[in-house]
Amino acid sequence: MTQRTEPTVRSTVALILLALLVAVACALPATPAWAQVKTPDQIEYPPLPPIEIPTPRRVVLDNGMVVMLLEDHELPLVHATALVKTGERYEPADKIGLAALTGTVLRTGGTQNLAADALDDFLESRAATIESSIGEDRGHVAMSCLKQDFPEVLRVFADVLRRPAFAADRIEVAKTGARASIARRNDDPQGIVFREIQQVVFGEDSPYARESTFGTLAAITRDDLVAWHQTYYHPDRVILGLVGDFDSEQALALIRETFGDWPRGAAVETPEVWFDQEPKPGVYVADKADVTQTNIAMGHLGIRRDNPDYYALRVLNELFSGSMVSRLFSEVRTKRGLAYGVFGKVGADWDHPGLTLVWTSTKVDSTIEAVRVLLDEAKALRGERPPTAHEVTEAKNAILASFVFDVDSRDEVLDEQLVLESFGYPLDRVAKFRERIDAVTVEDVQRVAREHLRPDQFAIVVVGPAEAFEKDLEAFGEVQQLDISISSGV
Amino acid sequence: MIRSHRALAASLASALCLAVAVTLCLAATVAAPLAAQDLASFEQKTTIHTLDNGWTFIIVERPVAPVFSFATIVNVGSAQEVPGITGIAHMFEHMAFKGTPSIGTSDYPAEKEALDKLEAAYQAYQKERLAPHPDSETLEALHKTFEERQQEADGYVVHSEFDRLLEQQGAVGVNAFTGADITAYLYSLPANKLELFAYLESERFLHPVFREFYKERAVVQEERRLRLESNPIGRLIEQFQTSAYMAHPYGIPTVGYMSDLQSITITDAKKFFDTYYTPSNLTTAIVGDVQAETVIPILEKYFSRIPRRPDPSPLRTVEPTQTAERTVLIEDPSQPFYIEGYHKPAVTDPDQAVYDAIDDLLTNGRTSRLYRRLVRDEQLAVQVQSFSGYPGDKYPNLWAILAVPAPGVTNDQVATVIHEELEQLRTEDVTDAELEKFKTRARADLIRGLDSNQGMAIQLADYQRLFGDWRELFRTIQHIDMVTKEDIRRVATETLLASNRTVVQIVNTPAGATDAPAAAPTAETSR
Repeated sequence: MTQRTEPTVRSTVALILLALLVAVACALPATPAWAQVKTPDQIEYPPLPPIEIPTPRRVVLDNGMVVMLLEDHELPLVHATALVKTGERYEPADKIGLAALTGTVLRTGGTQNLAADALDDFLESRAATIESSIGEDRGHVAMSCLKQDFPEVLRVFADVLRRPAFAADRIEVAKTGARASIARRNDDPQGIVFREIQQVVFGEDSPYARESTFGTLAAITRDDLVAWHQTYYHPDRVILGLVGDFDSEQALALIRETFGDWPRGAAVETPEVWFDQEPKPGVYVADKADVTQTNIAMGHLGIRRDNPDYYALRVLNELFSGSMVSRLFSEVRTKRGLAYGVFGKVGADWDHPGLTLVWTSTKVDSTIEAVRVLLDEAKALRGERPPTAHEVTEAKNAILASFVFDVDSRDEVLDEQLVLESFGYPLDRVAKFRERIDAVTVEDVQRVAREHLRPDQFAIVVVGPAEAFEKDLEAFGEVQQLDISISSGV
Repeated sequence: MIRSHRALAASLASALCLAVAVTLCLAATVAAPLAAQDLASFEQKTTIHTLDNGWTFIIVERPVAPVFSFATIVNVGSAQEVPGITGIAHMFEHMAFKGTPSIGTSDYPAEKEALDKLEAAYQAYQKERLAPHPDSETLEALHKTFEERQQEADGYVVHSEFDRLLEQQGAVGVNAFTGADITAYLYSLPANKLELFAYLESERFLHPVFREFYKERAVVQEERRLRLESNPIGRLIEQFQTSAYMAHPYGIPTVGYMSDLQSITITDAKKFFDTYYTPSNLTTAIVGDVQAETVIPILEKYFSRIPRRPDPSPLRTVEPTQTAERTVLIEDPSQPFYIEGYHKPAVTDPDQAVYDAIDDLLTNGRTSRLYRRLVRDEQLAVQVQSFSGYPGDKYPNLWAILAVPAPGVTNDQVATVIHEELEQLRTEDVTDAELEKFKTRARADLIRGLDSNQGMAIQLADYQRLFGDWRELFRTIQHIDMVTKEDIRRVATETLLASNRTVVQIVNTPAGATDAPAAAPTAETSR
């Protein structure tokens, strides 16, 4: 067999050569194909057809209820949303949790015509939903059903808004859920950091930050829920939106039939909502040992959406952390590998200041580096590295080019109109959005960065194993401990 | 985001999102079929096209607004991993945003040379680091060289150019996620930007460049800390997945073990890409204001550049039949949480519709059996939810149920009621009304799933991947219509048994009473 050795070696070499040839041969036909394709700088995009923003039909009933209708015949479905001018911020301090409970039990507690269980059965056997909630500054009741069930589900929906039963046993179920929320509120570190930054910035007792306790929940009675509904749920405080597969005339007739005889309510004097206007610079530490990451949030009061600087700030937010190519993302994630998630923006709310906030979470060892980088990036925007003309152009491009997605579904267009109507904003805000972004200049963005982003006034909240970083945090200001323990009583 | 922390429901929802929500959408929510005429009308606007290299495209013309969305589903996930490279499917998903020889570089030939040197330096460092007795001075020197090489290679990087090209043209929802069976890539663009999509999506799978690999690996480690290690439900779910499987790779946490995330290399990732990203393993659905006749020539031109490679070898291991109940108790400073799961067949099994029926009866909505008993009447829990298709759908997987006990209630009290209700399913027929409600809701869910380009693209590509035919999305309704009371008793009797059960639970122990818990993975890990 010895004589065969040499040829074997040769044939091995031949095989290798053959393999190389095969590889090259494979690559050959591909090469001309590569040459044919256009790279992004060569692609000529056909013009996008003009973007049509659907306009809902707006009708005001005699009782003051505003109705907006938008037909959409693609699928045999109907959705309705009632936006109600109420909110957790109007709760008395000794009954925090009342609005959220009312929002839940408005739906789960049944109506005067249909008891709780019967209501559940009615909806679920039709694959329909009605859900209700009350948040910080508004309430929602929403329904969704198949087209064929629309009239009967709308009648039940009207009953939920107008004639809730607030069944006592369902109040107990909702209270159990609310108590569980309290008991679990320190389990998730992100939950802690967002709650605490809000409390530090707005003030612990501000309705925009305060939290229910087992005591405030226990103090809430069924009468409180009934009274809350009587105070706020009136047609002149409701904006009703309908979108889906219906005929507007028929739907309007049905709405008049179900809501037309709902009498206006007495004028409501909503309590003034307090929040702390003073900045709270410093470092606030909440100790949490069972984590491998530190959560870091820093911020101060933001603006209202009717601030004329809103659009320049929208551009600033975009280049600061609005995308994967933004400054924060690039510095914290891409270049330094410090975090998976990071964001920062000047916050805006409809009728009160939003929260300006910068956040990330990073391994415990890099806590100090992350705090420093977040602060440096915020400071740089108003100092050594102001937004450049190139950045502003790119940010505006990204916002304008993606505008079509703000109006590509009828549901979202209608939802936006409801909110604008509710807070008294011009309804053409969406239509004018592009020209307002377009008008923003580099100087505008640089100016609003200086005016609205004040890192030296940041409250810095840090949640994690405190002993690992507490001392080093003193470099960023006076360090205070936050007590996040859950009080068992009032 | 900042307000959602107030509600328990929201925080649970987001926690579950990590673990099961996407699975539910893709697999279990398959409880969503339509009637024959719906399929017929849908077929009229749907075109399927397979390139010579094996890549399958589904195009749905939905000209509701001048936009389109796509989803590419790659038939690979953590189930294709082995110890040492866990987390690599997800790691590659991150690398798919790092560019190509023509995207993301200032000088590719020079960068390539620098990247080769970087990898050689890392391999040398790693060899010493993992040696039985590493020499600390050598190790330090090797690490220093590695860092120098990394800095050198970074000098050629144009950061995030792939993302920038998309964002400048109005892309939204640029994202990706990885599960046990799939890796998915998705976004939406204005309708006139189809050619950009074709260029970028063919380019990234034709010749991805593994730049910034070791920095991105640090990002993925942070993702593990965020989703699993620092979240009690994440810790619990990692235990659930790893305890339920002894042999099958469904027991591998998708995000990977930390030691592997500290060790996987560019070489590993390249090998994984070459093996599994062959075009025949990819399916893309495009939905929106597009026309098949215009789209197909563009797809041919751009995507045919990628050569066909051999199909990857099929997975061999089958999970052995479970013979004894497994229980894991995590002592943790957080509140109690309960999950139990049972092994069941793959989602392609005809019995999947029966599991969907069981989910619906037991936990879907306020009329479901367990909601009424546990939440409404006995107030032992504040939430209860069942689901199937965890951690994946292609191979036999788990039917599972989780419950959030009410304050002061133990996991055992909740488990007792769950087991009584499972026993009820074995011994008594469900009612006609319950079965009818399930079928009605399944039909409505299918319709509701058709209202977004992105949602539809994911569903169609995923059905094509799993069943070899996107039409199965609509046919599921036929399986659901055929579910009988006997089926439910049979399945409950055969599989929902203690000996087939894995139980994991958090037992509240005041802070300081235990050591800090270790980490945990999830079934879906998004970009």
